[in-house]
Amino acid sequence: MRRLPANFIIGAILVTLVVGAAALSLVWTPHEATQMNIRDKFAPPSAEHWLGTDQLGRDVVSQLMAAARNSMSVALIAVLLGGSIGVALGLLASAIGGWVEDGVMRLADLGFAFPALLFAIMLAAVFGPSLTNAVLAIAFINIPVFARVTRGSANQVWTLDYVSAARAAGMNRFAISRDHILPNIAAAIIVQATIEFAVAILAEAALSYLGLGAQPPAASWGRMLSEAQTLMYLAPQLAIYPGLCIVIAVLGFGLLGDGLRDITDPRLTRER
Amino acid sequence: MAYFLLRRTVGFVLTLLAVSVVVFAVMNVLPGDPPLTILGLDATDDALAALREQLGLNEPLLTRYISWVWNALHVDFGISHSFRVPVSTLIGERLPLTVSLAVAGMAVTLILALSLGIGAASKHRQVGDWGVMFLSQLGIAVPAFWLSMLLVLLFAVKLRWLPPGGFAGWSDPVAAMRSLVLPTVALALVQSAVLARVTRSSALEVMRQDFVRTARASGLSRRRVLWRHVLPNALVPIVTIVGMQFAALVTGTIVIENVFYLPGLGRLIFQSISNRDLPTVQALVMLFAAIVVTANFIVDLLYVVIDPRLKVRA
Repeated sequence: MRRLPANFIIGAILVTLVVGAAALSLVWTPHEATQMNIRDKFAPPSAEHWLGTDQLGRDVVSQLMAAARNSMSVALIAVLLGGSIGVALGLLASAIGGWVEDGVMRLADLGFAFPALLFAIMLAAVFGPSLTNAVLAIAFINIPVFARVTRGSANQVWTLDYVSAARAAGMNRFAISRDHILPNIAAAIIVQATIEFAVAILAEAALSYLGLGAQPPAASWGRMLSEAQTLMYLAPQLAIYPGLCIVIAVLGFGLLGDGLRDITDPRLTRER
Repeated sequence: MAYFLLRRTVGFVLTLLAVSVVVFAVMNVLPGDPPLTILGLDATDDALAALREQLGLNEPLLTRYISWVWNALHVDFGISHSFRVPVSTLIGERLPLTVSLAVAGMAVTLILALSLGIGAASKHRQVGDWGVMFLSQLGIAVPAFWLSMLLVLLFAVKLRWLPPGGFAGWSDPVAAMRSLVLPTVALALVQSAVLARVTRSSALEVMRQDFVRTARASGLSRRRVLWRHVLPNALVPIVTIVGMQFAALVTGTIVIENVFYLPGLGRLIFQSISNRDLPTVQALVMLFAAIVVTANFIVDLLYVVIDPRLKVRA
């Protein structure tokens, strides 16, 4: 048994921590996350409120846990949505080749001209800001990323002998893509998805911080920070915890993705 | 060379056109009624019809698109609903601040990332290398807006060395510079995390090659070999990442301006969203996307300057 890389282990621990907190918040938080209690505002940490309370007397730990749940849901939906469209486009480009492949790749190039923030800004201007628009914007920027990775890996698999054999046996391109190409590039896609999960968490936090994502009273690390910013002279501690949560989550998924890549494709290991 | 330039230029113009189609389509074709969005649900039918006429919404879509692009090429982006002045005037007033922030941010990023990356490579597998790698891994995970808040907490709230935000204008240059210190640092620290990492691995790659050993053996100092021989040969991956980071720089500038209440283009775009000022949002999104596309075009051209061998393949 080979030793697991350190980045994989650290990443897995951090991810378990965040996903565990998010899952636990489905059934239990120390207090109701949106429960206000003005008389108890800015309470210091205590047995009752482990990290104290905010300007409306809401329990900080409960809010952080609820925010973890929201953040994970947003990242999951956005990566799944953008990822499936991107993978499908990449497989299509690779299976057909020619002008279809060129067209898909040019479209992907175009997608790179729009950072998620610009796309979210356009959607917010037309429909008004909402978490749905934030999810759509993050999903959108994932499409070209996955289309590129899928096409690149799929093109390599198409040159292998057993694929030629399948073609000679009369299997059509789409059946080959589904039965032979996809299973063989799954590892590369999963690695990319893990890394994009980290990017999505960061993007959701930024969009919610700017008011383009989660709307009150939904709990979000980004929104907690934007509220804390106006209170920095009064309660600086409120500006610390949500940021730490973002760093733990993003670092966790990023390291886990790097670690998975080192395990599945040792040739790409960067340290030599 | 001429063929290469022509091909890249045509590709660049086509990409810009495609970007303009996407921006126009999202802002105009998606279901949504701009006059209703602007005036609100209790607007009268007459008012809605008048605004529709004023916005030129009764024209066919294609005519509107062509006239938008044509006017944009003549630096005419229409009239802002909320400010009641031409959008180009609004942009002109705020551009210097945004450009200063972006250029200063990029400059500090390059200095930090190149020195840290080269430094880490030269101390490969020592404490310094390990430290740079750890910091850069951390820097990738830290959101720029949170780092900004931490900087404000330390340097504005606790130490009171620098203002926490706001911008009083250029009339007092010292105050203006002071207002830009924290935003620039916040922007640069996050950006340089990725770049330092790439610089390090690219430099490590080059340092293994024979000509580096020859240069050292012929008596050149370690420092001189690093900066004169290793860095220039490690530039191609670095320039690629710098080009890709322009997208992040644009996003970063928008975010940072909002964190520090700086009256630049990023702040304007958010004011315009709250004011339902669609022509301004449309012009600014197009401008930002055009900056990203132009940066990528320039990077494409730079490759050939850095490594003439790539011209053959291009």
